[in-house]
Amino acid sequence: MKILVIIPAYNEAESIGNVISSFGQDRPELDLLVVNDGSIDETSDIVRKYENVKLIELPFNLGIGGCVHCGFIYAAANNYDIAIQFDGDGQHLISEIEKILDPVLEGDVDCMIGSRFLQDHDSFRPASIRMIGIRLLRAFSFLLIRQGISDQTSGFRAYNKRCIEFFAEQYPDHYPEPELIIMLGRHGFKISEVFTQMRERQGGVSSIPVWKGPYYIIRVLLAMLMAYLRTFNHSLNK
Amino acid sequence: MESVRIQYIAIVGSALLLLFILYLIRQKRLKEEYSLLWLFFGVLFLAIALWKDLLNHIAEWIGIAYPPAALFLVLLMALFVIMIEFSVIISRHSRWIRKMGQEIGLMKTEIEELKKKESNDHKA
Repeated sequence: MKILVIIPAYNEAESIGNVISSFGQDRPELDLLVVNDGSIDETSDIVRKYENVKLIELPFNLGIGGCVHCGFIYAAANNYDIAIQFDGDGQHLISEIEKILDPVLEGDVDCMIGSRFLQDHDSFRPASIRMIGIRLLRAFSFLLIRQGISDQTSGFRAYNKRCIEFFAEQYPDHYPEPELIIMLGRHGFKISEVFTQMRERQGGVSSIPVWKGPYYIIRVLLAMLMAYLRTFNHSLNK
Repeated sequence: MESVRIQYIAIVGSALLLLFILYLIRQKRLKEEYSLLWLFFGVLFLAIALWKDLLNHIAEWIGIAYPPAALFLVLLMALFVIMIEFSVIISRHSRWIRKMGQEIGLMKTEIEELKKKESNDHKA
């Protein structure tokens, strides 16, 4: 089994070194790929210090969608069996990887999502205004694919080979996580989620400031609906 | 007399617009594929200017009591259609640019690896 950890990084010089070193200590058997999304800091210089870490440098900032997509293209081209998406900002914990990796390894699911919201205690709680948006996304996802993944925006995920090949072909642009769930669900992939601990970010800021919330939600709901309608057409044509 | 003058102005204006678009295409500053809508509406404006009754017919057919208002409708429609076409073109280009960015990134990585391998082979 070839397993690739895809680490999207945009200006993560503060945290990327720590993330890579802890992989070296705790899970040295995993291949690491950092996709530098046109950072203007020393992210690439830091990654280059680690011999065994692959680095892809995008010439300009493509956004998280284009960045992770590039990782999937690499994973498909290099015949990886499993891809794990793992943020470069130190939010995700290496000790929690087995929770999302094992079900995919055992073939129980095609995609396993690490969720912040399945248990209440000890976990990372976003501001309550964010919870409204999160609930809305969950309800909408349930409406479209009859599966309401609780943490729609989690970027902590493990995918099997079928998913890798699927996403190497097509991957949404901006704020892609909820749309991906609809795509997977509509194409018959088996998705599940498990509670995982997450840390407050070590550096950087949230990609979605609160004042942009309504704009983000409307954009994502539209993208989810369109992902649904695309496959709807698809099944009609068949 | 007033209405004759405005007709002349309209004819000259839309003829200039058409000529300017053709000039841009000739200079290769505007690609044919992106100029078709401009040409179409340029010809439409010229037709409206040359044939005064056309606007009245259009207004009557749509059900607009005041014909000059129909002119604004045609203009707005023209702008809308052209803007939508632009949005489609921009979306297509951003898809291409994204693809190019990814390919460049992957190729850079591949080249670096090849170079590293080559220098290792030389050492050996």
